[in-house]
Amino acid sequence: MNVRKNKLVALAALGLTGGLALSACGGGDTGNGGDGGNAGGNGGSNGSDAGGQEGGAGYAELTGSIAGSGASSMQNAQTAWTESFMGLVQAEGGDVTVTYDATGSGTGREQFLNSEVKFAGTDSPLDEEELAASTEVCNGEQAFNLPVYISPIAVVYNLEGVDELNLTPEVIGGIFAGDITKWNDEKIVEHNPDANLPDKDIVPVHRSDDSGTTENFTEYLSENAPDAWTHGPVETWPIDGGQSGDGTSGLISTVEGGDGTIGYADASQAGNLGIAKIQVGEEFVEYSAEAAAKAVDVSPRAEGREENDIVVELDRTTTEQGVYPIVLISYLALCGSYADAGEGEAVKAYASYIISEDGQQVGADNAGSAPLSDELSSEAQAAIDGIQVG
Amino acid sequence: MSTTDVTPEAAEAPTGSMKRSGRRFGDSVFSNLSIGSGLLIFLTLAAVAIFLTLEAWPAIRASQEFEGTAEFSLIEYTAPYVFGTVLAAVIALIMAIPISMLIALFISHYAPRKMAQGLGYMIDLLAAVPSVVYGLWGGIWLVPRLEPLYMFLNSTFGTWPRWPGFLPWVGGEPVVALFAGDPTAPMRNLASASVVLAVMVLPIITAIAREVFLQTPRLTEEAALALGATKWEVIKTVVLPFGRSGVVAASMLGLGRALGETMAVLMILAPGATFSWHILEVGRHQSIAANIASRQAEASGVDMSLLIFTGLVLFVLTFIINAIARAIVARSGPKS
Repeated sequence: MNVRKNKLVALAALGLTGGLALSACGGGDTGNGGDGGNAGGNGGSNGSDAGGQEGGAGYAELTGSIAGSGASSMQNAQTAWTESFMGLVQAEGGDVTVTYDATGSGTGREQFLNSEVKFAGTDSPLDEEELAASTEVCNGEQAFNLPVYISPIAVVYNLEGVDELNLTPEVIGGIFAGDITKWNDEKIVEHNPDANLPDKDIVPVHRSDDSGTTENFTEYLSENAPDAWTHGPVETWPIDGGQSGDGTSGLISTVEGGDGTIGYADASQAGNLGIAKIQVGEEFVEYSAEAAAKAVDVSPRAEGREENDIVVELDRTTTEQGVYPIVLISYLALCGSYADAGEGEAVKAYASYIISEDGQQVGADNAGSAPLSDELSSEAQAAIDGIQVG
Repeated sequence: MSTTDVTPEAAEAPTGSMKRSGRRFGDSVFSNLSIGSGLLIFLTLAAVAIFLTLEAWPAIRASQEFEGTAEFSLIEYTAPYVFGTVLAAVIALIMAIPISMLIALFISHYAPRKMAQGLGYMIDLLAAVPSVVYGLWGGIWLVPRLEPLYMFLNSTFGTWPRWPGFLPWVGGEPVVALFAGDPTAPMRNLASASVVLAVMVLPIITAIAREVFLQTPRLTEEAALALGATKWEVIKTVVLPFGRSGVVAASMLGLGRALGETMAVLMILAPGATFSWHILEVGRHQSIAANIASRQAEASGVDMSLLIFTGLVLFVLTFIINAIARAIVARSGPKS
């Protein structure tokens, strides 16, 4: 009896630990080849952006390690940035370790304001209160936000025989709110006279986890179609039930697995799915990196903020030509002053790299983001140059 | 009770004689190490429990139950997930237990010796497959293939028979509520998650049941055969009663595993927080563990605390289940 019972108890312990262990899922397999090859070019482009501050040789003196944390939206891009940045520094003889922990925007801002990390990635910029609180950890200066990651959100669908689909904000809102339920609904047919729309149920698919993608998508809907989408901008999907997927990949596989499904996802992950054209003004705009970047360009900067605090007030109701308005912007929160000189220089160099042409290209290659415009990136560079060190 | 058991007296005898001859150095080192490792289990458990309670405290304090006016209620938030967790695990067990018992009986009493060994290894291998692999397999391969079955169940039992309309609560509702509702493809529903969970707990239950069945006293079995019992009758009258407590314990272990399974559920289930019995409907259920995994990436402050509170609930739930399992084993164990 004893022997067997003990065996069972041991197995019980095993089963329990196995069952309770949460699997951490990392999505960062963004291997980045050709780091070394970029080194020379980067020095040059940085120089032109920065007015010579971080010239090619600047990396050689960098040492130490800096840690950041925050938004999971830019995790893939950050993985690529940290890897290629460290490669560049190493190629010039410096030795810097940069890490980014995708803890989520809220936690990232918390840790930044507790001085646990030196920079934070966040889907919503630091607000006034947080900026005021930041002077305590930023050597007396205020922290500031920089837009570094622009990610277009595509409306993807899986409907046999339909390769092109034009959707108005009202129709998208109606579909996701559950009011438009058939693909041959006349509201859809009206804008797609040539498409062969079947008499099939529409299956809307949302993100089951809390996500900045959901927030930006619903913000777009509530600003453009407030009558069709009445739930406002939300991070957590407000309607019970319905198809959903965990993370971008989960959503995509759900859309792929169904028939007549429609969802919203990071445009770079759309794969073979159909991507709907979105009505802007009078025309229907197809998603493209340029059109997404343009949405940020035509949007004004948020008012009432410091000169170096660059926050974009996304104009989602714009009617300008060639603009794709469903985009997500993620920010980098940096200190206005770093007490530790080595740390400060490393942060400055890293931030400069991210917003440089090369950095943005690395982001586009690895995470499918849309590059910052030259204007925005030179403004950001000026803000980075203003960081006091030591 | 059985010939294979080591009695406590027999186990203690060597220690007694050792004491008389004086303790040796290696002996005391080993016993201390062993005691320390035993205590480590308690320390770890205590540390987990303390961590969960401390971290969940902000949510408990800010909750409606405690504060009276707060925005969220612990019970309202947690209860649907507890329901989903238990429902998925129980359905998985209902599918897994009969099959594992049959496999175990086959290995212990029907299969030729060589084949039994090979099969035993296979079962153990199945237990070693990571849950994320099961999740991928379930989500991509299995879900589309289950669709026709679900549609059949739904159209056959989902609408008929119905309870007579005059009954309270259930009047007019389908009798087989489990298969009712309105399933839509892809079938990322609780039923699919349960099927995969069943596959995952199968090896655990089978492995233990096999061990237990193998321990059936040979003499008793032969006695039954001598009395003219057929093989099936031997199993019915000797093997199954003897192994009952072991099978119960094995099932409870499987239940513990199914309750805590995260990745597979996360990857298969399209979640929702309701108390629906319609396991074929999508977006109705979610398990605690999968909910934590999917929400924790963007949670902070009191939201995180609330998630940790649900983790605490799962911790306690698993404890209770294991306690019940131990109690059943202790009570219905074969008497010696």
